[in-house]
Amino acid sequence: MTTAPEKTSAGDEQISGAEIVLQDVVKQYPGQKVPAVRSLSLTIPAGEIVMFVGPSGCGKTTSLKMINRLIEPTSGTILIDGQDVRQQSENQLRRQVGYVIQGGSLFPHMTVAKNIAIVPRLLGWDAEQTSRRVDELLDLVGLEPARYRDRYPRELSGGQQQRVGVARGLAADPPVILMDEPFGAVDPITRQRLQDELLSIQRELRKTIVCVTHDIDEAIKLGDRILILQEGAEVAQYDTPDVILSNPANDFVADFVGAGSSLKALSLARVSDVEIRSVTTARVGDPVAEVRQRAEANGDSSVVVLDQRGRPRGWPMLRQLKGDRIVEPAEELEIDIDERATLNDALDTMLSSRHGAAIVTGARDQYLGIVDFQAVTDHIRAMEEQGGE
Amino acid sequence: MWDFIVERKADIAFNTYQHASLVLQAVLLATVLAVALAVLITRVPRLQGVANVVSAIGLTLPSFALIGLLLPLTSIGPTTGFVAVAFYATLPILRNAVVGLQNVDATLLESARGMGMSELTSLWRVRLPLAWPVILAGVRISTQMSMGVAAIAAYALGPGLGGYIFTGLAQIGGANAVNYAVVGTVGVVVVALVADGLLLLLGRLTISKGIRA
Repeated sequence: MTTAPEKTSAGDEQISGAEIVLQDVVKQYPGQKVPAVRSLSLTIPAGEIVMFVGPSGCGKTTSLKMINRLIEPTSGTILIDGQDVRQQSENQLRRQVGYVIQGGSLFPHMTVAKNIAIVPRLLGWDAEQTSRRVDELLDLVGLEPARYRDRYPRELSGGQQQRVGVARGLAADPPVILMDEPFGAVDPITRQRLQDELLSIQRELRKTIVCVTHDIDEAIKLGDRILILQEGAEVAQYDTPDVILSNPANDFVADFVGAGSSLKALSLARVSDVEIRSVTTARVGDPVAEVRQRAEANGDSSVVVLDQRGRPRGWPMLRQLKGDRIVEPAEELEIDIDERATLNDALDTMLSSRHGAAIVTGARDQYLGIVDFQAVTDHIRAMEEQGGE
Repeated sequence: MWDFIVERKADIAFNTYQHASLVLQAVLLATVLAVALAVLITRVPRLQGVANVVSAIGLTLPSFALIGLLLPLTSIGPTTGFVAVAFYATLPILRNAVVGLQNVDATLLESARGMGMSELTSLWRVRLPLAWPVILAGVRISTQMSMGVAAIAAYALGPGLGGYIFTGLAQIGGANAVNYAVVGTVGVVVVALVADGLLLLLGRLTISKGIRA
């Protein structure tokens, strides 16, 4: 595989999302006394992630599904980029709005590539353009295209299926993506990685993402804004995570956010907020003797091994280096963490690392440096001092 | 016995072919009919009870009786046989097709809708492929059953191997009675086994690798 040119950071700031506006949206199911959504008005700014949270039955999923008309509102208006969603046919609308649901919900009889290509095919893209897009997306969600393109969903792990689900939602490059409990069906460690990856993808794409979850921690971690809903989709509070944590609007929000919100503040601070240290790195294929010399000069007893595309692949001790050249480690690296990950996750990862530190990665898993306990405790101390003033 | 077969080689081969062809055509029509009905039934839940009753009664109806009922309508000849076989063949396929279509995970259908698939596209690209293994199992059962029904259709002078069985029965005690009956019966069994093998092969070719058991 050759080195792909990485996007310049100037392009990262481009917002490709569209604004969503809900005006007095009501959903009343026939035969039910109370409306599922009483009257919801809301503006979701372009390029942001907005999390819908609330207890079950509060109408958060109903509200989400009204945006792509899987559920038709009883009254009210929904605008995407200033356009009423009822102006075009349901199917046309849905092909322009990404939709990701729990577990990925991949079609088991289609290969990964076919699953991702569904919307492009519905839109009538030609075969070559579609397959180029599929490979691009697989690469974006961290799955080697050559290896995964022709697999069937049942041959993938839960986390991989969910990644394909995200890729499928992004397939036709929609400005708006709706996610319904996207990471509900995977184990906590995988969930954390998927969340990090979503943040990393979002940093690159800047879509408007509306995501339903029942997990307040997930909402705090992912959301630029959080919408907390009470029964009947009554807005309890709609604000940024730090305002919600530091200044809950009412008892309901305070209860929902829960105790230990100072600890939860750890999920507000990102790895990028703390000091990232650099250590000796080596590329796969570098001569071992030279690497050892460099590490010793820096006073490091270990080196971070990067692959040809600058992604960390391992973190061996110097004494573990054998042979003439650095070889690519066989096992999956598990102590890497995205720079947008929360300190909470970082601490978690550090605990499972024998270096007491985690490798920090940026866009497309590029190596940035490492973060250790020292850096986190320093940051907490600084935060406390700030709060004490 | 051997001489009996050798003497009538061409005749037996022709009747075997006729038997297979009758069943093949009837099952083909039955499959199309059953799947279309099943799609309708799964859309209109009220029809489901009706369908269950009809197929339950239909399967208890003796094939002899059905042929008797059909005679005034379709008269003696291959048409009666074809209609009778197609009728019975439809029932097991219909049952399986309804079950198969209903068992398609509702969240998959919602995600199909959420991506902007029309009802028809979703049927063609999601529901039918996912229900296909169950439908095909119904087709296999139906084919086996139709082999026997087709033999009885010979009573109304339908084509196929059934003729030998009836000839044998009519001549009981006669010189070739057993030969006739055995050739007819074994012939039907052989055709049935070959057909089943072919359907298995069809399954290997048409069921997606992602859902094959």
